[in-house]
Amino acid sequence: MVEHYLGLFIKSIFIENMALALFLGMCTFLAVSKRVETAIGLGIAVVVVQSITVPVNNLIYNFVLREGALSWAGLANVDLTFIGLVTYIGVIASMVQILEMVLDKYVPKLYNALGIFLPLITVNCAILGGSLFMVERDYVFAESVVFGIGSGAGFALAVIALAGIREKMRYSDVPKGLRGLGITFITVGLMAITFMLFSGIQL
Amino acid sequence: MSKAKKILLDPIFNDNPIARQILGICSALAVTSKLETSIVMALAVIFVVSFSNLAVSLIRNHIPTSIRILVEMTIIASLVIIADQFIKAFAFDISKQLSVYVGLIITNCIIMGRAEAFALKNPPLTSFLDGIGNGLGYSFVLLSVGFVRELLGSGKLLGMVVLKSTTEGGWYLPNGLLVLPASAFLLIGFLIWIIRTWKPEQVEEE
Repeated sequence: MVEHYLGLFIKSIFIENMALALFLGMCTFLAVSKRVETAIGLGIAVVVVQSITVPVNNLIYNFVLREGALSWAGLANVDLTFIGLVTYIGVIASMVQILEMVLDKYVPKLYNALGIFLPLITVNCAILGGSLFMVERDYVFAESVVFGIGSGAGFALAVIALAGIREKMRYSDVPKGLRGLGITFITVGLMAITFMLFSGIQL
Repeated sequence: MSKAKKILLDPIFNDNPIARQILGICSALAVTSKLETSIVMALAVIFVVSFSNLAVSLIRNHIPTSIRILVEMTIIASLVIIADQFIKAFAFDISKQLSVYVGLIITNCIIMGRAEAFALKNPPLTSFLDGIGNGLGYSFVLLSVGFVRELLGSGKLLGMVVLKSTTEGGWYLPNGLLVLPASAFLLIGFLIWIIRTWKPEQVEEE
């Protein structure tokens, strides 16, 4: 039992890394990786949002949306899966809005550093993707908690690694037109190719 | 250059959403392995981003800041559903290939990014133009990457054979790397290099 959850955790961090294996959440990934400090902030925000929204969406899916899920209310034949997308986005958007208010009040430094990319976590495909994968793979509640934390941690790991590389790269002589964003794209491309190594691992 | 023209044309090369503002990259990786899907995706995004900018701008003075994300998401999701239904009605074959990606326009950050950064602060008409401009800038990158990936990755353009591959008795050995999503990163990186060599004022000093 423990092995199963441990395997799922490792798998969601490395083998199915949200950023470098599935290419989800790229905009935030590239834009907030200039400094390790802000990258850590973003990483924590993503882990928090992901580990709350995935289990919440899991509960909503299993007890409201799924075919026959409403049988506790006497509606055994109702199938609401078609409004899934709107529901998940609604949960995510409200979570992010709450997080934004909390950060603004208690951690204004991180709030300012994240800037426009905090509301953009709403449209971070890694978050919506996490909920959709959870539905597609039919995770039970405990699995969805592990998957939520794992996939968030995988994204955090990738963004902090990229920020570390970019901080070191400040001392290298990059061709003028490639400086900044251009070389970052190429670095991420190479990182993604190295992460393809993990895809061969069986757990 | 007049202001309206500047708002419309600036995002294409001078302030390109993908190459400069870092918005909307996930879909640029996902749909560009073929040129045809890139074209349909580009049209759908132009439609959604221009009308969501218009709608957000029209009601910008009535949205309380604390629930603005939810309001914006509702507008965007409704527009994406319209685009999805429209493609299903008039281009059913392409909608089958694209189905997942059209839904993913909801999470395309160009749309949300422009609503947050531009439409909330500007009048409806200029917001609409800004939406079209940013949609065109996005299309420019998408079409260039789609063109290179389909031509060199499978030797075809819009499904027609241009470079006959060795498996079909031709001479061209398809480059498998370009079929992988990772290659889109490298191509966009080189595209940014080209744009910034042409327009040196975009170069970032670190």
